[in-house]
Amino acid sequence: MNFEVKASSEEGYMEILVCIKQVPGTTQVEIDEETGVLRRDGVASKMNPYDLYALESAMVLKEKYGATVHVLTMGPPQAEHIIKEAYMMGADHGAILSDRKFAGADVWATAYTLSQGVKRFCKPDLIICGKMTTDGDTAQVGPEMAEFLGIPHIANVSKIVDVTRSNMTVEMDMPQTVEVAKVEFPCLITVEKGIFQPRLPSYKLKKSTAQLNVQYYAFRDLEDQDEMKYGLNGSPTQVKRIFPPVGNDAHEIWEGDSDTLTNQMFNALMRLKFI
Amino acid sequence: MAKIIIHNEKVKAHDVLVNLCPFNAIEFMDSKITINSGCKMCKLCVKQAPDVFEFFEEEVRRVNKSEWKGIAVYIDHVEGDIHPVSFELIGKARTLAEKINHPVHAVLIGENVMQAAEEIVKYGVDEVFVYDETELKNFRVEPYAACFENYIESVKPSIVLVGGTTIGRSLAPRLAARFRTGLTADCTVLDVQENTDLDQIRPAFGGNIMAHIHTPNHRPQFATVRYKIFDAPEMIDKPFGKITRYTVSKDLLKSKIEVLEVHDKAKSESIEEAEVIVVVGSAFKKKEDLSMAFKLAALLDAKVASTRPLIEKGWMDAKLQIGLSGRTVRPKLIITCGVSGSVQFVAGMKGSDQIMAINIDREASIFKTAHYAIVGDIYEVLPKLIERIENERL
Repeated sequence: MNFEVKASSEEGYMEILVCIKQVPGTTQVEIDEETGVLRRDGVASKMNPYDLYALESAMVLKEKYGATVHVLTMGPPQAEHIIKEAYMMGADHGAILSDRKFAGADVWATAYTLSQGVKRFCKPDLIICGKMTTDGDTAQVGPEMAEFLGIPHIANVSKIVDVTRSNMTVEMDMPQTVEVAKVEFPCLITVEKGIFQPRLPSYKLKKSTAQLNVQYYAFRDLEDQDEMKYGLNGSPTQVKRIFPPVGNDAHEIWEGDSDTLTNQMFNALMRLKFI
Repeated sequence: MAKIIIHNEKVKAHDVLVNLCPFNAIEFMDSKITINSGCKMCKLCVKQAPDVFEFFEEEVRRVNKSEWKGIAVYIDHVEGDIHPVSFELIGKARTLAEKINHPVHAVLIGENVMQAAEEIVKYGVDEVFVYDETELKNFRVEPYAACFENYIESVKPSIVLVGGTTIGRSLAPRLAARFRTGLTADCTVLDVQENTDLDQIRPAFGGNIMAHIHTPNHRPQFATVRYKIFDAPEMIDKPFGKITRYTVSKDLLKSKIEVLEVHDKAKSESIEEAEVIVVVGSAFKKKEDLSMAFKLAALLDAKVASTRPLIEKGWMDAKLQIGLSGRTVRPKLIITCGVSGSVQFVAGMKGSDQIMAINIDREASIFKTAHYAIVGDIYEVLPKLIERIENERL
């Protein structure tokens, strides 16, 4: 990144909001075919790994230009852990949207609740989201939030090229091409894994932010008091059922001289249409 | 209104109940079971402990489904060059449309795209809705969303299918949010009910569980699908589809985004997108010997990837590493050559459709994961296999 400092860090600090999520510590969940119960081995929760890239992007901008970095999440009170973790990476303020009324939210209701939370929490010039989460894997909450906030967004940002007081230039990763685009603030971007190498939580920051509060917001704190827009009630999609994926359970062991083995491999490759 | 009602009076073993929830949403506090905002409404608790957890639903809003007719496919393109996922979606849309007797629409937004519209008709759509303006030269989310919104408002389609590309994943959520409707990302199976409800199946948790999702009370139903999930349809002999141009007011074409430049991406060496991968492991004795793997890869139109030790030796580029500290791949076929199969490596490839492993050691742990375990020496098997395939091609 070679952009010069154009934003003054004296007046009008840039306000950056990073949206983060607590996800299960592993995606290695299995479903018991008979009972339909998810088997977990008591795994702890962690911050969505893709959010680390969003946080790092915010930290890089903060160091270059001076910025206040806010982090926001929706989830149970235990999600305070990931806010604390964000503090250890250098975030300044954190908030959790937590209420039973938010339970069962799909993409729409999640994005709507977050956008309501943003309005309550801060006035960001820039919102940065990770590309996706590892539990939902939808990559759609960020753009839906931008819609609710009425701001432009650019998804799949692979590079930040330039930042000025009023806009930023980024590279958007497309299937065959790269688009360099300039977008005015306020805006939202979702960043690709690998945009920057995320820093490790710092022990020094852990000490110095130990007393730093985490703001809690419940349904009653939000501007829109229509219960039908939150949680399950606000979710247009419904999960009919969850089930284990059908795997390939072939398991053949081939032994013998190399001619036999070659034959078997060749025939299998033919049968599977790879030759 | 829908919720889960908890009958606390029927709670016997609260710790068992707390553990029912994969999302840690069931809590035991002040001697009461409660559900927190982590709840995904997967209803596993209702299934497992129906005496304690009761699913309660009261229908509030009903959409008139017969007002929404048509299956739309967003045509993903860069300057008129159509992404093949769009054709695959047309194929799927045709199958679905036949079941419910709906028309298939293609929505094409861009600049100078009339020629692309002609191409689309050949795949058997009933109508192509074209928005062709200078302002639409490059994808910018506000004007593109405005045009798409105009199409949805005018036509009221029941289902909208969008490719899971960078553009699709930007556009579909904006519209789903705008129309206050459901969006299901990365569907792998789509089917339609007689009442036009779309059955959507998608993987979650990195593919470890599948979820069947529907949008029973909202229209249109948005789904995104990745490239190469469905088959592209054959072109039809006598295209019959109409091509109609639509316009929106100039105001709606304004954007806060300016595309400065579009350049081709450096040819992707990325192993994550490869359909066939040949992996080299520690059994290769010299760097030169890797040429066997490259030769095999060339014959199978595959990419060559590596385990960590070869990268540490400097024989292979770090971007080609499979495993926890490298890339995760799920190709259609992976052939591991002389790879023992550490836990870290296997974690990065066990989702592959077909796994063939060549290893001299019958006890190699890779064989536990492999669908085809070939107990043999790569220095014998690879050259013979290469020769055999080459002969076949003669």
